[in-house]
Amino acid sequence: MDTAQGLISQAQVFELIDIVKKVHGFDFAGYTKASLKRRLTRIMLLNKFEFYDLKHVLINDADFFQNFLEEITVNVTEMFRDPSFYKAVNAQVVPYLSTYQHAKIWSAGCSTGEEVYSMAILMKEAGLGKKSFIYGTDINTEVLREARKGIYSLRNIKSYAENYQYTGLKGSITDHFTILYDAASIHNELKQNTLFSVHNLVSDNVFNEFQMISCRNVFIYFETFLQERILELFYKSLCPLGYLCLGSKETIRSDAFKSRFKVINQKENIYQKVGT
Amino acid sequence: MAPDKNLLERWRAAEILLFGGSAGSFKILFRIVKDLSETFGKAVILVIHRKKNFFSEIEKLFAENSRMYMREIEDKDILKKNTMYIAPANYHTLIEEGGYFSLDVSEAVWYSKPSIDVTFESAAEVYGSKCVAILLSGANQDGANGMLKIRESGGLTIAQAPEDAEMPEMPRSAINNGGAEYVLTQDEIFKLLLS
Repeated sequence: MDTAQGLISQAQVFELIDIVKKVHGFDFAGYTKASLKRRLTRIMLLNKFEFYDLKHVLINDADFFQNFLEEITVNVTEMFRDPSFYKAVNAQVVPYLSTYQHAKIWSAGCSTGEEVYSMAILMKEAGLGKKSFIYGTDINTEVLREARKGIYSLRNIKSYAENYQYTGLKGSITDHFTILYDAASIHNELKQNTLFSVHNLVSDNVFNEFQMISCRNVFIYFETFLQERILELFYKSLCPLGYLCLGSKETIRSDAFKSRFKVINQKENIYQKVGT
Repeated sequence: MAPDKNLLERWRAAEILLFGGSAGSFKILFRIVKDLSETFGKAVILVIHRKKNFFSEIEKLFAENSRMYMREIEDKDILKKNTMYIAPANYHTLIEEGGYFSLDVSEAVWYSKPSIDVTFESAAEVYGSKCVAILLSGANQDGANGMLKIRESGGLTIAQAPEDAEMPEMPRSAINNGGAEYVLTQDEIFKLLLS
């Protein structure tokens, strides 16, 4: 569990960012450097690479890049992470969503899908199972493949049971899964209300109109200027009075956006689009 | 404590004071929170192991009792002196070039999130010799690598004396790997903090 950060210098981090942009078209310039450096160090340790080895495979080995993309972004996620957030969505956003014939929700940076299915369970329990649809997007095709399967290890699902209890939803988390040996497969009726596809927040644009966007613990990896660019994208992607949910430690600080997103829940960072 | 000129000089020159605490460190951390004055002159960062869904308890108790302005770290908060920062549960806290925090939800390190190693290593990279790190009681080895990194970067590192700690393993790990330049008892640590 070596977390040593000395393997690579700040200048080398910038050099790799440059290579990845030129060769693969992915722009990591707006990512926070300390975290990027930790991930790069981790990749080097896992593969027993020196800086020059990493540089070499990034330029010459196309297959390596998919693996790199998977490791460079953080794909750690939980179902019902921050139970108080789900409680707040239930109390403050669900009543609004239920006024729609059909509510569309976007989970941006969804990784292996845990948040998408948490939201699907929440909607079902709120009686909006047939009236809502959840889009999960990520830059990483590999994690999306996992997300589409909707199969998790039973051990993981059990570790989310405590979160689930704190949300105040009835029953138990396992009620929403079919369990076979040590695999838990999300119920088909929940899966039917989801769609997973590739979308890069850094470079891609508006693709639909949503009543709610959830982008939690993604902004922590982005510098402020990039966060603001993505806030603009979210603003344009929301219908009038639509809701934006950020992670519990991610607040909108820019004055320009403070006037366009009204704070609905300060602690959980739930905002509502105002103006057009 | 024998008056150690080297220790005192480097203590005075430091701008960032980091604490790492785990099992058995609560009492001493609480005393630190109560004793450090609002004109302390350094930024103080507390990294404490705790369970993820019981967040508000420690933070609330500390905030109600601290003399210094106390804040649970949020994404991109700027480091300021005379402010006490507490690393949020279920995130790692990193420090960026330019003097602000960024958070990270990646894998736990030594079964811990926040991990003391992650924050200490990141502080070493950005602040080097301007850091003082104090590693308190705990039952695992998180923090030892971070202490070593700070020491190698010219920062001042202090481990609580294992015989003086409720759980000796954490400070002992830092002593064993060479990460602790000084080993002090609680009383000696407080003398330094209030000097």
